[in-house]
Amino acid sequence: MLERLLIISAILFVIGLYGVLSRKHIISILMSAEIMFNAANLALVAFSRYTIPASYRIPSTSLSPEHLLLSGQTFAVFVIVIAAAEVALGLALIIAIARRNETSEITNLSLMKG
Amino acid sequence: MLDNTFSEIVFWILATLSISSAILVIYLKSVFRSALMLLLSFVGVAGIFAMINAEFLAIVQVLIYGGGITVLIIFAIMMTQNVNQGNQGNHLQIIALFSTASILSILTYSIIQAQWDILPNDLPDPIVNVFINSPTYIGKLLLNEFVLAFEIAGIVLLAAIVGALSLVRDD
Repeated sequence: MLERLLIISAILFVIGLYGVLSRKHIISILMSAEIMFNAANLALVAFSRYTIPASYRIPSTSLSPEHLLLSGQTFAVFVIVIAAAEVALGLALIIAIARRNETSEITNLSLMKG
Repeated sequence: MLDNTFSEIVFWILATLSISSAILVIYLKSVFRSALMLLLSFVGVAGIFAMINAEFLAIVQVLIYGGGITVLIIFAIMMTQNVNQGNQGNHLQIIALFSTASILSILTYSIIQAQWDILPNDLPDPIVNVFINSPTYIGKLLLNEFVLAFEIAGIVLLAAIVGALSLVRDD
């Protein structure tokens, strides 16, 4: 079961990576980055559900069971928060670029190209 | 819990839904349609979350990704000009295809080869209790062990709002 979830997550991650590398439209690239965030979340949740944390085996551990079992899900909540902040900033940047340069293709943005 | 044939079928339907709509996000010509496909992919992943005892995350996923991020992306698509020229590939397509395919094969090989330390199928009662009441425990974790990260996440969101407003301001 863990392997299945991890392979689905790897496929989603690779689809997102291909989109980031091969698309021209800025919003497409942002959406592909969102797919990659989602894949990382899926892997985090799968690990926290199906694997035993190493510290669980130590008898004198001070961590509670919910800390061991749910810290992956809590981490995924933080990833979602960061993804939301990233989308808000990215879309603001895209709108500012589209206003100034009348373009939404990444190949036309060569101001900082050196 | 995945224990019978029905939940296997549902799981594979959700997996195919999320992966195929993620592929359509990349390959559809219209950016607007690929935003809608992105919503479908998020919903599929939310269903997978719900199947592996992460109900709280499934709800958060539908609320934030489905209700917030997709709507923001559709707004941005409508506010930028020349949307109609579509979603084209750049000149790196073939290199990108080969490199991502090799990354996928390396990842798949290492996932299959690794010896995972998997939780047993018949979970003891305290663990089952933690998974059943996961929203309560996630809330307690957020305000006890991870309280610093929680506060910093609030500051990050505030900075993102202020930054987004100052970027799109008319001056």
